[in-house]
Amino acid sequence: MAEEFEPKIVAFCCHYCAYSAADLAGSMRLQYPSNIRIVEMTCSGNIDHRVILNAFEEGADGVYVAGCMEGDCHFLKGNYRAKKRVNHVKQMLDEIGFDSRRLEFYNLSAAMGPRFAEIANEMTQRIKELGPSPLNKKEGDTK
Amino acid sequence: MIIAQQKPIQEIAEMVKDCRKVLVVGCAGCVTVCLSGGEKETEILASELRIMRQLQENPLETVTFVCTRQCDPEYIAMLDNLVEDVDAVISLACGVGVQYIAERYPSKWVLPAQNTNFIGGSIEHGVWEERCGMCGNCILHLTGGICPIIRCSKSILNGPCGGSQYGKCEVSKDTPCAWQLIYDRMQSLGKLDKLLELQPPKDWSTSRDGGPRKAVREDVIIG
Repeated sequence: MAEEFEPKIVAFCCHYCAYSAADLAGSMRLQYPSNIRIVEMTCSGNIDHRVILNAFEEGADGVYVAGCMEGDCHFLKGNYRAKKRVNHVKQMLDEIGFDSRRLEFYNLSAAMGPRFAEIANEMTQRIKELGPSPLNKKEGDTK
Repeated sequence: MIIAQQKPIQEIAEMVKDCRKVLVVGCAGCVTVCLSGGEKETEILASELRIMRQLQENPLETVTFVCTRQCDPEYIAMLDNLVEDVDAVISLACGVGVQYIAERYPSKWVLPAQNTNFIGGSIEHGVWEERCGMCGNCILHLTGGICPIIRCSKSILNGPCGGSQYGKCEVSKDTPCAWQLIYDRMQSLGKLDKLLELQPPKDWSTSRDGGPRKAVREDVIIG
């Protein structure tokens, strides 16, 4: 029997919201999939096109960037810029024939531990449905 | 600065479809400032091409480099070792950079990743506008620092024309009438009388006339 596909998902999380929310989710003993690899950022506005593309090239099946709620960015506009940048990368991915649903942007606050777990579940479920990234094909794979 | 915009990725991919290894060369000059061909854009383009080709199961190897300027031979010389084993060179510079690389490496297939658009400046972050027509005979001292050659749709020297309506040009409601701008500026400077002087037809021989132009400074030529 084939092993169930366990995706690798990289979550770029803002220190002031999503990363703290992940902490809270842990303190609340909330279960969320171990597929999520969290990268702490000083602000979601630090995200760069190259970093996202690099994550996919290096084997991520999915990537998401999580920033503060709109209007609540610690650096005022970082989350808006991150969202714009993520949307631009999504457009680029579609243009090159790579499913942009593998990339997403979320807004949440430090108090949203349950929402963090929900997003982790939602993204894991989505990527499981999409299957392994076409960039992760091993030699000999027929599909 | 020179403003350029990247060609659609499909168009660039089509140019290199038969290549296995390419050199992607950015430029740290104008195209870095207009965010279309600097270090970041060079890495992104290389990454896009690699992903695209991997999806097609026809992997592409990329090497990236950013020249200080591609419009100076001394900076292109740094590519000498890098071009040796590549099938093509993709330049993210303006048309000048592409031609300089092509001239230096006659046996290499050199491809443009950009469309070179105009000479201009930024009016806000992410928006650039044309400001100079490179006519070779500047008349900004006569027009209050506003260029009618490039900013007037008809490039007229004694404006405005009848197509100027409520400060806008008839070609588009988003295009200010350059001559309205000139009039307003000269009025605020108290120099409206200057506009009463009729300008004779412009001598266009300094513009795009008789092939490519050349500028020479004898005193700095070495040798």
